[in-house]
Amino acid sequence: MLLNLTKKLKRFHKGGIHPEENKFSAAAPITELPLPKSVTIPITQHIGAPAKVVVERGDTVKVGQIIATHEGFVSSNIHSSVSGKVGKIDKVMDSTGFKKMAINIRVKGDEWEESIDRTPDLIKDISYAPDEIIKKIMEAGVVGMGGAAFPSHVKLSVPPDKKVDHLIINGVECEPYLTADHRIMLEKPHEIMVGTHILMKALGVPKAIIGIEANKWDAIEKLAEVAKDYPGIEVQGLRVQYPQGGEKQLIEALLGREVPSGGLPFDAGCVVHNVGTIYSMYMAVQKNRPLIERVVTVTGKDVKTPSNFSVRIGTPISDLIDAAGGLPENTGKIISGGPMMGKALNELDIPIAKATSGLLLIPDEKAHRQEVYNCVRCGKCVDVCPMGLQPVELSLLSKGKDLEGVKANGIMDCIECGSCSFICPSNRPILDYIRYGKSNLKKAPK
Amino acid sequence: MSQEILYTVLLLVALGALAAIILYWVSQKFKVQENPKLEEVMDALPATNCGGCGFAGCSGFASALVNADDLSPYHCPVGGNEVMQEVASILGKEVQEKDPFVAVVKCAGAIGVRVHTTNYDGAANCSIASDLYSGERGCSDGCVGLGECVDACDFDAMYMDETTGLPVVIEDKCTACNACVTTCPKNIIDLWPKGKRDKKIYIACVNEEKGGTARKECSMACSGCAKCADECKYDAITVENDLAKIDYDLCKLCGKCVVACDVRNIVADGFKPEMIDKLAEKREARLEKEKEAKRLEREKAKAEAAAAKAAKEEVSDKSE
Repeated sequence: MLLNLTKKLKRFHKGGIHPEENKFSAAAPITELPLPKSVTIPITQHIGAPAKVVVERGDTVKVGQIIATHEGFVSSNIHSSVSGKVGKIDKVMDSTGFKKMAINIRVKGDEWEESIDRTPDLIKDISYAPDEIIKKIMEAGVVGMGGAAFPSHVKLSVPPDKKVDHLIINGVECEPYLTADHRIMLEKPHEIMVGTHILMKALGVPKAIIGIEANKWDAIEKLAEVAKDYPGIEVQGLRVQYPQGGEKQLIEALLGREVPSGGLPFDAGCVVHNVGTIYSMYMAVQKNRPLIERVVTVTGKDVKTPSNFSVRIGTPISDLIDAAGGLPENTGKIISGGPMMGKALNELDIPIAKATSGLLLIPDEKAHRQEVYNCVRCGKCVDVCPMGLQPVELSLLSKGKDLEGVKANGIMDCIECGSCSFICPSNRPILDYIRYGKSNLKKAPK
Repeated sequence: MSQEILYTVLLLVALGALAAIILYWVSQKFKVQENPKLEEVMDALPATNCGGCGFAGCSGFASALVNADDLSPYHCPVGGNEVMQEVASILGKEVQEKDPFVAVVKCAGAIGVRVHTTNYDGAANCSIASDLYSGERGCSDGCVGLGECVDACDFDAMYMDETTGLPVVIEDKCTACNACVTTCPKNIIDLWPKGKRDKKIYIACVNEEKGGTARKECSMACSGCAKCADECKYDAITVENDLAKIDYDLCKLCGKCVVACDVRNIVADGFKPEMIDKLAEKREARLEKEKEAKRLEREKAKAEAAAAKAAKEEVSDKSE
């Protein structure tokens, strides 16, 4: 069995890097964090239009009650993750680094909406029609939990002119340090399988592949074992390589198909979802449970007990850090997400959002950028770019605000994985300038 | 020997003459028809190619001027009225005088005034930093402090003040070309008329957050209290979204609003400090007077009420 899996390990073929893995919290089981005193739930936790607030200050809410409804198709419902009284509805610093509208709720008791099934029993039978499934996922406010927070129902609504033949489940978790998806795969394998079946039914596809990197061997074995009872689901091991968890890279690795420039996975006949999202979808469809909690890894070299917590959305990050043994004295930076694509946070009471996959505490000596030297034209960034771009060229064109140039060199294909900045021997802020070029191009009149 | 030299010289002269004839013929044959005044206008313009006129460079502006029927929408901020007058006389048209402008930095959130929250060590560029997050210092609307405006200035008219961390405009050098205004990602730089005797009044804040929140992050922030607007006799100040704005067309540069501001964040440029002090004293005296008048009024009302009560009691006494 083991030999069989090793033989077939796949990988993506363009570029890629191998950062230190540092998965300290891999052995820590998911533990429920005690209820916080109050939660702050931002109304923009997803890509798309902000949700519309439907509660007022002083209202009493239950766990799972809708507090902001989606505005338009590319948007998402927001539910209360606790029961209690609605406090201030004001702009609050969130994990994006900007102040955004958020609803504060003071916790009182733990009263749930009656429609939510809170039993741990596995429900295998799928009694809903495809459009009902998509509607339920939309109502539950499920968004992509790998980090991009794209509303999931949009990804499931395949345009009529596109044909999808594969569902891909992303269990790669290629970011160093993070182990949230790893733990979900180990602890909830049956739920993931049923969730995958739900999506296969919603999309009408006969085949699903779960891609997992070889550094999570126990998860590969576990899911391969469980998958025997679920027809149509295949588990595929992958060689460790960053950024394999990128949608386009994963499709290439598993199916050998390339998503065309400017295209979506639909164009390669696939739909890709993260395992964390699959679990939330299972909860939404089979248990009527909206997306009110998620698994967050709290980790770092000096963190006392690197852990994986199941937390309610809106919990301040300081609660999680305290539960993991407190803030190490020499902390220089707190990153929301992984070290490669995550974002440094600027306050300690920033709330956990739907897409916060981890909190990474970096010691001060490692938190700063190193001195920048001149480009030596070594071409390493070109070698490692998983999209086959020329990062050095793009960064220079962006710096010079050559919009025509950056467009012609395919800047919009950049997935911002940060491999170029990681590999640069001169410590040049390549990705910073590429982002600058992208934002200038987006702002420019068409 | 001398013959060889002679032949060489003659041959070269002949070749030169031939080439000259061909070149002259070609230049006449393929001559581009050009307005002869274009060159004159080009010469009159300052040739800085800064783009302040709205065109890519001076040549584009010159051809627009030559082809225009009416010169009033066009203005060269670098050359100012002088150059425009010259251009008008070349083209034989009328041009109106325009007030000279200068760039002003509408942020007073210096180091120490704003709360320092984080350290940014990414690429030293304001746009990149402000795309990434709300900034090193409190108040996400304020100056980022990485000097992109200074880099954008073609005239060396700006520098970063290291003690405040804010950009400073050198007015004598500033040509109001607009380069810094369009570069600033936070839109804190604005063009302002130079004003009579180089006097101008503007509010050095662009924060539209609620007063309390804004002041928490920056002790110089405009809270939108509207005291300045109440003081202004000419309706030049309006308060919208918790932020006061001065309309420079209506402002008569009286300076009364300057002393009305709690945090003195209305900049009075070119005013003598003694004049501002005098205005402040006057306002203080007037407020004192008003307070006194109010107190007197209250006392009067009290006395009247007491008298009325006494009268009432007297009446009731009598009826008994």
